[in-house]
Amino acid sequence: MAETSTEGTGTIEALSLVPKAEGRQSMKDFKSDQEVRWCPGCGDYAILAAVQGFMPELGLAKENIVFVSGIGCSSRFPYYMNTYGMHSIHGRAPAIATGLAASRRDLSVWVVTGDGDALSIGGNHLIHALRRNVNLKILLFNNRIYGLTKGQYSPTSEVGKITKSTPMGSLDAPFNPVSLAIGAEASFVARTVDSDRKHLTSVLRAAAAHSGTALIEIYQNCNIFNDGAFEVLKDNQQAEEAVIRLEHGQPIRFGADLSKGVVRDAATGDLKVVPATPSNEAEILVHDAHSASPTTAFALSRLADPDTLHHTPIGVFRSVDRPVYDTQLSDQLDTAIEQNGKGDLGALLAGGDTWTVVG
Amino acid sequence: MTSQVSSPAEQADETVVGEQRKEPGAKDVRRLDRVIIRFAGDSGDGMQLTGDRFTSETASFGNDLSTLPNFPAEIRAPAGTLPGVSSFQLHFADHDILTPGDAPNVLVAMNPAALKANIADLPRGAEIIVNTDEFTKRAMQKVGYAASPLEDGSLDGYSLHPVPLTTLTVEALKDFDLSRKEAERSKNMFALGLLSWMYHRPTEGTEKFLRTKFAKKPEIAEANLAAYRAGWNFGETTEDFAVSYEIAPATKAFPVGTYRNISGNLALSYGLVTASRQADLPLFLGSYPITPASDILHELSKHKNFGVRTFQAEDEIAGIGAALGAAFGGSLAVTTTSGPGVALKSETIGLAVSLELPLLVIDIQRGGPSTGLPTKTEQADLLQAMFGRNGEAPVPIVAPCTPADCFDAALEAARIALTYRTPVMLLSDGYLANGSEPWRIPELDELPDLTVQFAQGPNHTLDDGTEVFWPYKRDPQTLARPWAVPGTPGLEHRIGGIEKEDGTGNISYAPANHDFMVRTRQAKIDGIDVPDLEVDDPHEARTLVLGWGSTYGPITAAVRRLRTAGESIAQAHLRHLNPFPRNLGAVLKAYDKVVIPEMNLGQLALLVRAKYLVDAHSYNQVNGMPFKAEQLATALKEAIDG
Repeated sequence: MAETSTEGTGTIEALSLVPKAEGRQSMKDFKSDQEVRWCPGCGDYAILAAVQGFMPELGLAKENIVFVSGIGCSSRFPYYMNTYGMHSIHGRAPAIATGLAASRRDLSVWVVTGDGDALSIGGNHLIHALRRNVNLKILLFNNRIYGLTKGQYSPTSEVGKITKSTPMGSLDAPFNPVSLAIGAEASFVARTVDSDRKHLTSVLRAAAAHSGTALIEIYQNCNIFNDGAFEVLKDNQQAEEAVIRLEHGQPIRFGADLSKGVVRDAATGDLKVVPATPSNEAEILVHDAHSASPTTAFALSRLADPDTLHHTPIGVFRSVDRPVYDTQLSDQLDTAIEQNGKGDLGALLAGGDTWTVVG
Repeated sequence: MTSQVSSPAEQADETVVGEQRKEPGAKDVRRLDRVIIRFAGDSGDGMQLTGDRFTSETASFGNDLSTLPNFPAEIRAPAGTLPGVSSFQLHFADHDILTPGDAPNVLVAMNPAALKANIADLPRGAEIIVNTDEFTKRAMQKVGYAASPLEDGSLDGYSLHPVPLTTLTVEALKDFDLSRKEAERSKNMFALGLLSWMYHRPTEGTEKFLRTKFAKKPEIAEANLAAYRAGWNFGETTEDFAVSYEIAPATKAFPVGTYRNISGNLALSYGLVTASRQADLPLFLGSYPITPASDILHELSKHKNFGVRTFQAEDEIAGIGAALGAAFGGSLAVTTTSGPGVALKSETIGLAVSLELPLLVIDIQRGGPSTGLPTKTEQADLLQAMFGRNGEAPVPIVAPCTPADCFDAALEAARIALTYRTPVMLLSDGYLANGSEPWRIPELDELPDLTVQFAQGPNHTLDDGTEVFWPYKRDPQTLARPWAVPGTPGLEHRIGGIEKEDGTGNISYAPANHDFMVRTRQAKIDGIDVPDLEVDDPHEARTLVLGWGSTYGPITAAVRRLRTAGESIAQAHLRHLNPFPRNLGAVLKAYDKVVIPEMNLGQLALLVRAKYLVDAHSYNQVNGMPFKAEQLATALKEAIDG
């Protein structure tokens, strides 16, 4: 397992094949010359700034960084990064990025997507990218609404949501992206919030250090069509009770004076929130993001109430070592050469059974 | 493809019987100039393997040949039923031939269903070898035979050879430690041995094949070899087979060179590996399994030591998506599919048009619409390839005309994609994919140079003197944009499906810019350099037959028949469907009548009529099978006379 590092990429195994930048980089190096055209007040600005601010820390040659996106507000992201980028088609960014990452291991490939892009039209590609464990970092901006098409409910909208397309309330149950990702065999799953730059950056750091596919769900405010969707997690007073900060190796406690904790229900094996007391201190669950079994991470992803967002864990739910698709694909190529020698085109075309016609 | 020289022998279906010779004490040996054999049985009887082996023996003997595998979509259709019949037809000759043949001279029928399903295709006098063991009352009733066709006189007009193939096979294998059921499974090898004796086929190849195929089960290998030899010996000793046949190698039909037999999908796979080498780019295949294209995925996945990356995606869309991602990264990127898959890939093909990246989209056409006829051939995706996208999204189209030609077509598609930075559609079909023919193996130094130059630095100077990189600044000759791959310092840029400003590639919604970009993308495709159409017209005919794709063989065979019969007809065949060759309009206008045979309802005819205002006539067949030469010759004669 590669450890999280803040000292450049020298110690990050996941990025060992990506060339390093020659000089020191700054946030400015990652800003493109394009005017940013999100709505004023959009949460995307904060995420963009956090990513641009984090990139110099990796110290990678920026020509070896690629951002690939689908369609939606969030998917305009690559235009604003002074790296290579592709703004593709709706839902397909993970597939396109997979081909790029699988054929170019010297690149650091990032996918930017939204809740509609990743979970509706592109749901299939997302789950398969996760199970395949290609070296991709997927930033899923979840605003629980369709913004670019002006305000229809999304696959993460709460049931009963009144929108332009659901005047009497939406009927379908939402996805929980973290639960979905864990169920799809993801090797790295995290959640963060657009407005918490420090936390967002720490999650980006952990994702960058991970070998394989990393999914980061970023709660992002759409101030036009779903304003305040995550206010309960941002308002200082409410957040204390609503947000559970996950840290590997630490007891899962939250609330004012860490007065609450997460324990395992002995009867059901499920997790529940209880008041933390000196007598139950030993029962408080210690977060293990590296656990081989995804069971507890999944249970953590189910703690939050989908309507009120109370007891929403943020941080790295799961981060485990698993064979990486592009590494193994590359290894197969090497093995094939070891076993059969480098391809000889003349021999291939001739095959076994030939006959000769002479003049 | 074999040479286009007319041969009188192609004109008729009757087997031409040559001299007879008889060695003392030996059976009669007759010399033929060509034979059409059809192996038919249950889909579990191993008829495709039997046909493949006979084909390999025939190829190594040096005959010209052409094959037509024909099988149901079900892996094991209900045993003994008409829909479950699988067949393999092989036409081989001492001269160059163009088709798998219209009507078999010999039918090997492994059961009543195989006899019933194929008898209508046989001319009177044809030889029929039947496995009498399978002609039980129940099996015959299953396919509607009230009385045994072997006894009721209905086959009197044929030369019938009743052979208890199953019993003989089991008897031949009695010394092996095999159950009866296991022993029975070798009956196809017994039949192969018998036919190999009848036509003097070399046996070493099949013996080697069996030993390799069953290397881990030597007992099974030996059992199959024993059945194969027993079949051969049965032919040699039994009185029922009084005559065997020789078909001399087709030495004069082939230019000097080294040859092998090859199917269309194999030739296409080799073409892709070769294009990768000639372009000095790694090959990336993104694909989702679909009949009849999956063989290309299977084949390419074997060649990882050529640096070939194959990616079996979660769906058709991801297959092409991954390929497009690899193209952005500088691979020679390919996706392989059939018609239904092309429908799913349409949006990504449109993105590739907009991104102007090289991408090969290989469509092995099959019967449609929808799931249609997965294992049967058709060429009804032409208009889908041409127009099946939103907006003005022109895509070049190339089509191979014979199985071996799939190799050259792949190289040509790669040339266009790499030179013009565009997705290219290659339209093969089920008949080309599974059919096979001799292929002259090219010398490596005669292969085209496909090397490309990636962008390395700035290509534009701003008014203030700053050197910049513009991703949509075009080559004035080809109108291709630069291919700047990630990892190249200083060329960081963003591309996408939103309309781009000419030159800079920045997002632009400006009306005049969009109009300009639409016209420029069209002009780039229209301006692709394709060779002029060649017309074969030795007699200054007034009627032209124009074809594309896999109809080349049947059309050429029909034209030979007509010319042998004294008719004048001109023939031309399109490799490039978009853009058309520059001279196509002039060619069409030089004839009083233009006939276009297609395995669709007239898709090329529609394009030709729209573009050139020529009153082209369609001749169509959409029954899942290639045209028969005789039928085409009749249709073309009517056109000449009409």
